[in-house]
Amino acid sequence: MNPGRFFFAIVLRELQVAFKRWGDLASPLMFFVIVSSLFPLALSPKHEVLRNLGPAVLWIAALLATLLSLNALFRTDIEDGTMEQLVLSPYPLTLAIFAKTVAHWLLNGLPLVVLAPALAVTYYLPAEGVRALCLTLLIGTPTLSLLGAVGAALTAGVRQSGGLLALLVLPLMLPVLMFGARATDLAGSGEQIAGPVYLLAALLLLALSLLPFATAAAVRISLD
Amino acid sequence: MTSLTATELTLWRGPNCLFEDLSFQVAAGSLLLVRGPNGAGKTTLLRVLCGLTRPETGHVEWRGKPIEKNRQAFGAELAYFGHVDGLKADLTVMQNLAFSARLFGQSGDRIPGLLDALSLSQCARLEARYLSAGQKRRTALARVLMSDATVWLLDEPVTNLDAAGRDFVEDRLRAHIAGGGLAVAATHEALRFTSDAPAEITLGDPA
Repeated sequence: MNPGRFFFAIVLRELQVAFKRWGDLASPLMFFVIVSSLFPLALSPKHEVLRNLGPAVLWIAALLATLLSLNALFRTDIEDGTMEQLVLSPYPLTLAIFAKTVAHWLLNGLPLVVLAPALAVTYYLPAEGVRALCLTLLIGTPTLSLLGAVGAALTAGVRQSGGLLALLVLPLMLPVLMFGARATDLAGSGEQIAGPVYLLAALLLLALSLLPFATAAAVRISLD
Repeated sequence: MTSLTATELTLWRGPNCLFEDLSFQVAAGSLLLVRGPNGAGKTTLLRVLCGLTRPETGHVEWRGKPIEKNRQAFGAELAYFGHVDGLKADLTVMQNLAFSARLFGQSGDRIPGLLDALSLSQCARLEARYLSAGQKRRTALARVLMSDATVWLLDEPVTNLDAAGRDFVEDRLRAHIAGGGLAVAATHEALRFTSDAPAEITLGDPA
């Protein structure tokens, strides 16, 4: 079998398992929807207030929703022994880890991108702002998944690791949050967003090229 | 040369020395039994042999090469039957085995025959969470039997199995060794071998 089929076999299995566990899949998304739809209700209903705060609130909610979904990323695999099989398979562990991260993004990051425009409406974001929000989430959330995977792998052997995980990865996720929210904000006021978008893309490339290796090494340590 | 060689393995867990300067060789066509009471380090030794746990000193070689430098080549010839079953509780027996078949690069046409042989046919569409301990063990065994691996590392292969299951496992193990494979089995129960008695190492201080 070639590595490509190995990759897709893992992605497929991740999706199969996730769709059997609707609750786990839905709760980070529910969190995203609830938090970002509560703000307009609690804040002043003035359009300009909501328009100014919207990008930041939506991006923070997306970031926290991603954090919520990370805890079980490797823990269940390590507990039920399926991770051992991936480690001992005749393919590089990095590829298996990358496949799991891609599946995590498909299940957690992509739905955020899809839900965001509907929620952006409640903040009276103009069309350019909505477009920028989707674009930055599309480039930014894969970076969040890749960063989160490192943290999830490092803390997989630790009990009650939620706080530790957040403490580890949140500082690393801040640039994504800042560039993402800033670009959405700039687009909403009709300015150029190429700068922050290119920086987000650069962060994604950097994360793609380095982090799967780091995650694989962390998984090995967690299994030892 | 087709053999699994351990050289001067030493491993401590906390204040306990599980094994010190342990050396052995398992050649093709032979079985090594690892004996010892609970907690003696049988599982840990198997994890060291397959490269999941690093020993403090010493190394393990497969075909004369250290396994940590040839993970993928070793992985292609290895079937590890760990003390956890390695099943996704949310997937059916069939889905679990089909995934393993894909990892081995097989189409999965051997699965129905194996399920029959392990009396699991009725459970094929059942999610693994509903299986009994023995049925989970059998499903995990099906994965090992499906592989074309040369090296079998078996951790308590007959625990939780009924008499028929034990006979089946022992038959297949004998056939595997007769066919030029090699196996290391950790067990605290005796395996019945009619022909020559397999080599044994015993872990744990008898005192």
